[in-house]
Amino acid sequence: MRYLNLILILFLIACAIAVERTKDLVSAIVIFASYSLVMAILWLILRAPDIAMTEAAIGAGVTTVLFIGVISRTRRMEK
Amino acid sequence: MDDLIVKTVTKLIIPFIQLYGIFVILHGHLSPGGGFAGGAIIGASFILLTLAFGIEYTKSILSAKVTERVEIGGVIWYIFIGLIGIAISGVFLGNRVAGFPMGTFGSVISGGMISLITIGIGLKVASTMISLFHHIIEED
Repeated sequence: MRYLNLILILFLIACAIAVERTKDLVSAIVIFASYSLVMAILWLILRAPDIAMTEAAIGAGVTTVLFIGVISRTRRMEK
Repeated sequence: MDDLIVKTVTKLIIPFIQLYGIFVILHGHLSPGGGFAGGAIIGASFILLTLAFGIEYTKSILSAKVTERVEIGGVIWYIFIGLIGIAISGVFLGNRVAGFPMGTFGSVISGGMISLITIGIGLKVASTMISLFHHIIEED
């Protein structure tokens, strides 16, 4: 359990850095969705199942769709 | 998006998503989740419908007028339940002191007005999510 926690947190930090460094905004959104999914598993480990449920629905689902909707109206690549 | 696989899977899966959302809302006082999580799940099901069938189809089912009315109705319902508490016991959202029936512990009908409030929050969150998405995606 301890090592699972460690792996998840390291993956979370790697995702957070990768979101900031990616130039392609669509890939950044996909990485951000995986960040939200790992965060939801971490909330479950921290015994907050209702927050985990909301994070999986809002963070991984709706936010991704909203961001893709915004990108389809603007540019794809970061300058 | 005009894809047969996406449309068929969407038709199959949407009733289950909405049933799960209603389950989460109605068990808000017993299990994890509640008004916000359940409303978000129902809103996500309508967003999926918009992505698969286009905005015109979703608006023919659920027009902007209906989502606005439901949004306002959810808030008014919440305040109305709170004012019942003030009228009877003098406390906003008073539950047991205002005489709401408590029911048996652990069953769905229990906890006084908490499940009524959760239904209002669920309607509000679901309709807000739908109208927000439609406003962003809409061509002007």
